[in-house]
Amino acid sequence: MNPEELLEIAERIVGWGRGGEQIEAVVGHSSETEVRVYEGDIESLSVAESQGVGIRVIADGRQGFAHAGTLDPDVLEGTLSEARDNAVFGSPDEFFGLAEPDGVAPPQLDLYNEALLEFGTEAKIDLALELEQAVRAGDPRIVGVESADYGDAVGADAIATTTGIRSSGRDTSCFLTAYSLASEGDETQTGFGFSVGREPSTLNVAEAAADAVERATRMLGAVQPPTERVTVVLDPFVTAQFLGIIGGTLSGEAVLKGRSLFADRLGDQVAAAGVTLVDDPTNPEAFTASDADGEGLATRRNRLLDGGRLERFLHNSYTGRRSGAASTGSAVRGYASTPGVGCQALSLVPGDRPPAELIAGIANGVLVQGVSGLHSGVNPVSGDFSTGAEGLRIRNGELAEPIREITIASTLQRMLLDVVEVGSDLTWLPMSSAGVSLVVAEVTMSGA
Amino acid sequence: MIDESVVTGTLSEALRTGGEFAEVFVEDRQSSSALLDDGKVEELTSGRTRGAGIRVVVGETTGFAHTSDLSEAGLAKAARAAAAAARGGGGGRKAAALDRVDAPAPHQVEVLPETVAKATKVELLGRADDAARAAGSAISQVSARYADGRRRILVANSDGLLAGDDQVRTRFAVSCVAVGDTGMQTGFESVGRPIGFELFDEYEVDALARTAANRALTKLAAQPAPSGSMPVVIGPGGGGVLFHEACGHGLEADLVAKQASVFRNRVGEQVAHPEVTLIDDGTMAREWGAYAIDDEGRPAQRNVLIEGGVLTDYMWDLLRARKQGRESSGNGRRQSYQHLPMVRMTNTYLANGTEDPEAIIAATDRGVYVAHLGGGQVNTATGDFVFGMSEAYLIVNGQIDSPIREGNLIGNGPEVLAGIEALGNDFAMGSPGTCGKDGQGVPVGDGTPTLRVASMTIGGTAA
Repeated sequence: MNPEELLEIAERIVGWGRGGEQIEAVVGHSSETEVRVYEGDIESLSVAESQGVGIRVIADGRQGFAHAGTLDPDVLEGTLSEARDNAVFGSPDEFFGLAEPDGVAPPQLDLYNEALLEFGTEAKIDLALELEQAVRAGDPRIVGVESADYGDAVGADAIATTTGIRSSGRDTSCFLTAYSLASEGDETQTGFGFSVGREPSTLNVAEAAADAVERATRMLGAVQPPTERVTVVLDPFVTAQFLGIIGGTLSGEAVLKGRSLFADRLGDQVAAAGVTLVDDPTNPEAFTASDADGEGLATRRNRLLDGGRLERFLHNSYTGRRSGAASTGSAVRGYASTPGVGCQALSLVPGDRPPAELIAGIANGVLVQGVSGLHSGVNPVSGDFSTGAEGLRIRNGELAEPIREITIASTLQRMLLDVVEVGSDLTWLPMSSAGVSLVVAEVTMSGA
Repeated sequence: MIDESVVTGTLSEALRTGGEFAEVFVEDRQSSSALLDDGKVEELTSGRTRGAGIRVVVGETTGFAHTSDLSEAGLAKAARAAAAAARGGGGGRKAAALDRVDAPAPHQVEVLPETVAKATKVELLGRADDAARAAGSAISQVSARYADGRRRILVANSDGLLAGDDQVRTRFAVSCVAVGDTGMQTGFESVGRPIGFELFDEYEVDALARTAANRALTKLAAQPAPSGSMPVVIGPGGGGVLFHEACGHGLEADLVAKQASVFRNRVGEQVAHPEVTLIDDGTMAREWGAYAIDDEGRPAQRNVLIEGGVLTDYMWDLLRARKQGRESSGNGRRQSYQHLPMVRMTNTYLANGTEDPEAIIAATDRGVYVAHLGGGQVNTATGDFVFGMSEAYLIVNGQIDSPIREGNLIGNGPEVLAGIEALGNDFAMGSPGTCGKDGQGVPVGDGTPTLRVASMTIGGTAA
């Protein structure tokens, strides 16, 4: 379905509004294909269409919500009355209210590429097979490819409200991903590689394969090192995961509800001088770029940290209103939930030196290639973090032996202040933050 | 949910271009939740999704399509899409006549959540908020969530299988923030069972809220966790996540078949202390991972994975089992009709030991006692896994000492299994969990008695 059809459905729902109530309808539709190959054969090929609607009602200062995984006309009215009924049981809050048009023009982004629609199923299968083959051929120690996938999606969505919001859009995306197994003697190590784009011709099979091969093979022979405090270089993929967590602490919702460790720190130097952090979904390079936020307001570029100084928090309509500010266009949600507040395309402003030069300046350190257990090991409220990690030792400015079964720990507060340098290798990843190599001092590495 | 004749027609359509196996999975899911945060009932949410996933197998290839259109025409369209995706050309066959066999439910559901007034559900939230705030003046924020769900499924396949299940789940969670001189700390507690509103006959929300609050308050006085390797004692009910990660995932036949498990080719070997017996049991009444049938229509069963320390078997879904010419072990699960099933755990637990738990702690000179665990993650190919400790204490001279701040533990599955040196006689199940694999989340349970592992690496910041 195209955005215009979806907007029509959203407008129809909003048209059912009664006096004294606000209604917001969010409607989405997507078509997806996913191919997984294994040992030269197609393991699975999935084709799917999905759609859904979410309806928010605010009446008498109370909020209710309901959603349904269909756009069946019979279901829409029932979903609205369910949302209405739910609103009866909420607590009144004077700051509840839908977004209102704020005059900010949405950025012109080119997120929909017809070339994806013309790319046939056979070609998709061939890409996945080509990826698997490239990983296998990459190194004699690669003994298997656990999965090699091609996937794509064409999505469209629309939002309408009784307060005058009308927004709709569509985008295309595709990806390649491979998980590799490398083996030597009794030992097995794993690696992954991926490539993402708006249409298949921008996917890079060779690069995805090379990453999957290198990540797995360079871990062969890994040992558990002793515990010590070291300087770490975070791989771009790892940095992006940490940025996502730090971004969460800068949400206006966390601040208002007393869950942000930076709540009273506006204007303070909370990070090293080299840290400038920007959330910019208007950047077309970002995989998660978008012209409108989850409430239908235009997205905008928000600088959060400037030279290490805390400059602002992010807001949706509710948190903006309640904190006496305005929405920063940072409502995030799917159709099945009410809008939260979050980063949409977060990145550090890159530095001048590539990773090799960063490493060359470190006498004793660790290149952290991957982390695990982030969901259980990072507490974004207290700031304590401790995650499983693997990577390579850095000795006298050069990459040395692989290490595994370690954790790295610090606090988010200290880590930001202990940033030594940001690399020049900014890269957009299939997540809401960008990767870049990051050097952090004084991290505890626990091992034997 | 859907007419038997429509199911039969859909299977025929799916096999028309030469499929060897076809399956229709129909799901109707309704959910409701209520959230209190910052002293206010922020919202009530209701959701409804319905649809069917159809797969067709030809040789090594599975074609899959799903649709939210459950009309005969909608299903036929999805069946043709799945068949086209499977690329036909197989031997071709006709679907066997359907024979409905329903497995017994692991337990009865007494009070369907949809029959309970919304006001009654909301009232629980206010009670939890009051109780948590009353636990100490340092409690600065509370959120409480009530959630229920009902998932009705119907599975039919070309072997003639036809089975259904009606799965109800109810859950309650409280999360608190405490503020002190050392900053903010958090505490969390949740309960859940595959039952209805009778959950609250068993659990008082006030008590759950106090537990969550006390966890946050205790941590205000916590010191940084140590770093490095030392003995770890895990409290009753707490250690299930450890086994889920340390070896559960590595015993899933799909990962084993792809050489992505450190436990491949090890059936029959002694992998743990002779007292270690590990079981995955989807039939456990009232436990979070229980069901009557899995998402391929196979009745849940009790599978012994490690017995007397010897690895006895892996867990299986339908396709992996067929290749081996054996039966599925009832572990084929999927997040929703929009997903392909794969091998998943249900309720995974370590059977009771014989030692007095007090004696296990007393025999530990210096180490860490983990009372409550967070989530975990494993790399099945290397066996390396982590899990979080959300409530933990130092052990000094055989006694539980001061609390320590949050952090992860890291270990290697086969090494930790071999390093279990004491098992208590105080078995308990742990908190309800959601297990993630390949992007799909499913509810799982776990349990253990008190146990001690000779050495694991604690990921703290203190020396």
